[in-house]
Amino acid sequence: MKNFYHADKNGYYGKFGGAFVPEMLYSNVEELRLKYLKVIQEDSFQKEFNQLLKDYVGRPSPLYFAKRLSKKYQTKIYLKREDLNHTGAHKINNTIGQILMAKRLGKKRIIAETGAGQHGVATATVCALMGMQCVVFMGEIDIARQAPNVARMKMLGATVIPAISGSKTLKDATNEAIRDWINNPEDTFYIIGSVVGPHPYPDMVARFQSVISEEMKKQLKEKEGTENPNYIIACVGGGSNAAGAFYHYLDNEKVKLIAVEAAGKGINSGKSAATSLLGLDGVIHGSRTLLMQTKDGQITEPYSISAGLDYPGVGPQHAHLFKSGRADFLNATDDEAMQAGLELCKLEGIIPAIESAHALAALDKMEFKKDDIIVVNLSGRGDKDLNIYINYFNY
Amino acid sequence: MMNRINQKLHEEGKLLSIYFTAGYPKLKDTVSIIKNLERAGVDMIEIGLPFSDPLADGPTIQQSSTKALKNGMTTEVLFSQLKDIRKSVNIPLLIMGYFNPIIQYGVEEFCNKCFEMGIDGLIIPDLPVDVYHEKYQTIFKKYNLVNIFLITPQTSVERIRFIDSISNGFIYMVSSAGTTGARDSFGESQKDYFKKIAKMDLRSPQIIGFGISNKKTFQSVIQYAKGAIIGSAFVKFLNKNSIGDIKNFINSIR
Repeated sequence: MKNFYHADKNGYYGKFGGAFVPEMLYSNVEELRLKYLKVIQEDSFQKEFNQLLKDYVGRPSPLYFAKRLSKKYQTKIYLKREDLNHTGAHKINNTIGQILMAKRLGKKRIIAETGAGQHGVATATVCALMGMQCVVFMGEIDIARQAPNVARMKMLGATVIPAISGSKTLKDATNEAIRDWINNPEDTFYIIGSVVGPHPYPDMVARFQSVISEEMKKQLKEKEGTENPNYIIACVGGGSNAAGAFYHYLDNEKVKLIAVEAAGKGINSGKSAATSLLGLDGVIHGSRTLLMQTKDGQITEPYSISAGLDYPGVGPQHAHLFKSGRADFLNATDDEAMQAGLELCKLEGIIPAIESAHALAALDKMEFKKDDIIVVNLSGRGDKDLNIYINYFNY
Repeated sequence: MMNRINQKLHEEGKLLSIYFTAGYPKLKDTVSIIKNLERAGVDMIEIGLPFSDPLADGPTIQQSSTKALKNGMTTEVLFSQLKDIRKSVNIPLLIMGYFNPIIQYGVEEFCNKCFEMGIDGLIIPDLPVDVYHEKYQTIFKKYNLVNIFLITPQTSVERIRFIDSISNGFIYMVSSAGTTGARDSFGESQKDYFKKIAKMDLRSPQIIGFGISNKKTFQSVIQYAKGAIIGSAFVKFLNKNSIGDIKNFINSIR
């Protein structure tokens, strides 16, 4: 059945998705819903988007055959090198798309939420590029533990506002960004960092990230004579890099999709971010999806060593891929991810982001045939995580 | 039987509705706050079911919600506190809460429980009008619950007409773009918006909320609508004063 895994016209993926926003946001979200597909399909938009991805971001990102890693796992492993993008991760694909959208809607002011600061940096970067005012909300606790990214955003001209409500982390930064949008309904565009939020955000962000799987198809055809790998492995917090890596393969069920969530200190430890396993159906940040919560429906604080996976919800498309069985959801603990990250350093000379290291950790949990083709989406580089690596391994 | 909200809306005169967060300042204050509000002459009460992530609320109600949850407020606790409320309280009572805790309780079970306790209506800011209309309207009606919709200065005329057509109580008119919280006064653009809505001759009466904090703001909005709602200013009052003094707060408004 075609389009079964994509958003329907109301933004539903099976039972998940939709736009559960208070009336104060309705007109903004509705404006975007009515216009986003038309804008994305305009020739001038496509031209500008693709040009920037090429000349500014440095796309296409290489599909690298990881020879020594392949040898270890007795199969063929490719790494999709999103870590080589400008600003060091896949996040910039989305912020380029959304800032072009904001410009075409005539918005003057950009707001964004950020957890560890990667999306904040990617947003501040495109705002500098386009000369637009940029306000980034970041949990007070995250500001304290991610000082270099706070400095980066400031250097790029952004204002960083601490979120001091609730647990003072990513979910609260998102709440503050949404409140700011409620308070500034006319001139402000909200650049959401993942495939979360009210429709059309999950679909729009997935489309901007879909360049990842679009390139993969061409690159695999060139290298292996087939567009289709046997497995695509990607980490999932909110789920934007996975959404992009899966996008053009969703309807091709021969390609197995593996989503890897953060198990933190262990699934049953009470310190985890494995939303598909631990979450219940509900509404978070305007979307019906799976989210971690108490039995009374209060949203709980997740935990992962990786700030990028530390989100209590998951994109509605991923909730649907999980429930429908289209994707297999695995998880990796802090320890497994850190070891997998270090292994990539030693075997391939690449220091991965700890988020991406979770995807790598899945290799050890799966069984492959010698001729299988596996693509691991290496969503970001590890420079930002150096302190965590240093503390963990006592370098 | 006519719902108490509709009875009240049919009465002469302007209405004062008060919001407070259940479980704040203390867990067991709920019933006593309600009784004192009725005794002080309030026309309607919105009982806030606290939520961890209240997107539409400003700092005052956020903080009261966080405190209420810390105090141990839950849906079950609130329902047990309100179990016998109709033995002593006659004015309309609404529950205002976000959708997620209601989903967890079960929408139909939640509505059923409200009906049993004598709750007259619900305000769920993040339950969209169309989703309510398609999925939940029959359930709400089955349990004789009025669902209250919000409109804002950004809501189109066409959409206001649609909301009016499916409303069976009052329309909650958000005074200006923004989250909940006290504002000092209302400017010309707000007054133009109030006048525009008043001229639309809607079938549902309108009650204005967000930013009504004192006599001045109350008086300035009720000339355009059936009544007004005070939330954050009352929550702030409770933070500094005893429940026994609620009548002083209400007397200062009217």
